[in-house]
Amino acid sequence: MNNVAFNITRMRASYGNKEVLKGITITILPNSVTALIGPSGCGKSTFIRSLNRINDLIPSFRISGDILYRQKDIYDQETDVVELRRRIGMVFQKPNPFPKSIYENIAYGLRIHGFTIKETLDEIVEASLKKAALWDEVKDNLKQNALTLSGGQQQRLCIARTLATQPEALLFDEPCSALDPISTAKIEELIHHLKKSYTIIIVTHNMQQAARVSDYSGFFLLGELVEFGKTQDMFTAPKDKRTEDYITGRFG
Amino acid sequence: MFRKNKFQKLKEDLIEKLLFLFSLVSIFVTVGIVAVLSFETFAFFKEVSLLEFFTDTQWTPLFVRKHFGILPLLCGTLLTTLIAMLIAFPAGLISAAYLSEYASEKARGIIKPIMEILAAVPTVVYGYFALLFVTPLLKKCIPGMSGFNSLSSGLVMGIMIIPLISSLSEDAFHAVPMGLREAGYALGSSRLQVSLRIVLPAAFSGVCAACVLAISRAVGETMIVAIAAGQQPRLTFNPLVPIETITAYIVQVSLGDTPHGSLEYRTIFACGMFLFVMTYFLNIVSYKLRKHFQQVYE
Repeated sequence: MNNVAFNITRMRASYGNKEVLKGITITILPNSVTALIGPSGCGKSTFIRSLNRINDLIPSFRISGDILYRQKDIYDQETDVVELRRRIGMVFQKPNPFPKSIYENIAYGLRIHGFTIKETLDEIVEASLKKAALWDEVKDNLKQNALTLSGGQQQRLCIARTLATQPEALLFDEPCSALDPISTAKIEELIHHLKKSYTIIIVTHNMQQAARVSDYSGFFLLGELVEFGKTQDMFTAPKDKRTEDYITGRFG
Repeated sequence: MFRKNKFQKLKEDLIEKLLFLFSLVSIFVTVGIVAVLSFETFAFFKEVSLLEFFTDTQWTPLFVRKHFGILPLLCGTLLTTLIAMLIAFPAGLISAAYLSEYASEKARGIIKPIMEILAAVPTVVYGYFALLFVTPLLKKCIPGMSGFNSLSSGLVMGIMIIPLISSLSEDAFHAVPMGLREAGYALGSSRLQVSLRIVLPAAFSGVCAACVLAISRAVGETMIVAIAAGQQPRLTFNPLVPIETITAYIVQVSLGDTPHGSLEYRTIFACGMFLFVMTYFLNIVSYKLRKHFQQVYE
């Protein structure tokens, strides 16, 4: 089982008394794109936000089950959360650049991890912006405030910022829900490229998007993983009736 | 069918007029204050030149040899304000950062009301606290200190202003979108890094607005300095000796037996005007900063 990124068994999660994940078991392979689909409130966001422990910020959040990344328990007492989050990057639903310059947005993650030499920072900033397909648009304005960029550019900046700290896995929580179709297409293309070097999990509301970008898909409903498998299989021959109803648009 | 009857319309008009009148009251008062201040200040400057007022280094309007230099009073005000801010800025900001970024709901529920009580204590109580408790305490460590001094009044004023800075800065921290904190944590920041390198810079103009407002409050503070700082206008930055602030001088003259209409009497209006312009300017700066802060996150 060395060639597994995330190995999750019987994951249960709740906010206060409200249980939102009711025993999720899933295996996610490295260098693949896994799309998680399902109607609002089905728990897919909670699931992805548990993988880098960003949900720890919510005081009432509770979680149980075996949640392993590279054979290590993410929720172990001994886990270094800072290191975990560096290795598992995340891009959020709403673009959230820091109110700093484009350059500083990307340099921030490097600085907090102890990079100080200017040449190194310059190099990584450029490389990250190139990987996120934003370099050509901003290379002359690196000192400009990031908030002046368009929504799509901001989201790609957030991706570049995440890439800069050299993560192994990337979590995308509905990265395109606030973007126009052209920006969405750019991000999808980007995800396609990034697959070569990263393990990617993407939560999306958009089934066409899931079909376009992913290798594997999981369908969440009411806190359960109803179906999981190769994207092609799931969209052409869903095994579960509920999956079929959802992807053919009968509900949700 | 849907027409209001006459009586109803009359009643609504009347209510509107009445409310309008009440809102005018505060405007009238403000205009009145500015008018009186300007009138008396004008009369004052007919006898004393602006040059003397701003450059003379002595303030002795009540003596036989009269000098009208505001500098010693201004110096006293700035000195107490500076000491107060040395206490209030760090303490207020740290407590705001704690309350907004670290404290659990439970801790907040206990600490915030206590801070609010601190803000509700009458300033005269702070004044006597400075004079009768803090000064004797400080005297034990600094033997040469006089009974009236700017150090203890400044310190107590700083303590008094902590809740103001804390509560306004906390509002500014609170207004920083959660998404920025999440982004910070997701990149592997510690709590301290998120507080200092993301939340604080993002809330910076709001925090500045809070601090400027606090300075304005300290400049205008009266009771503490009137009671505990002394009544000796002195051009010094030595915190251990008696001084006099602009506000304390106004108290001194208005409580004394200076005849109305005399030049000595008018000095307090000149001082008042000077103070008014200063705090007004600070409040505008604070307002602008807050506006700027709000624009960033909409």
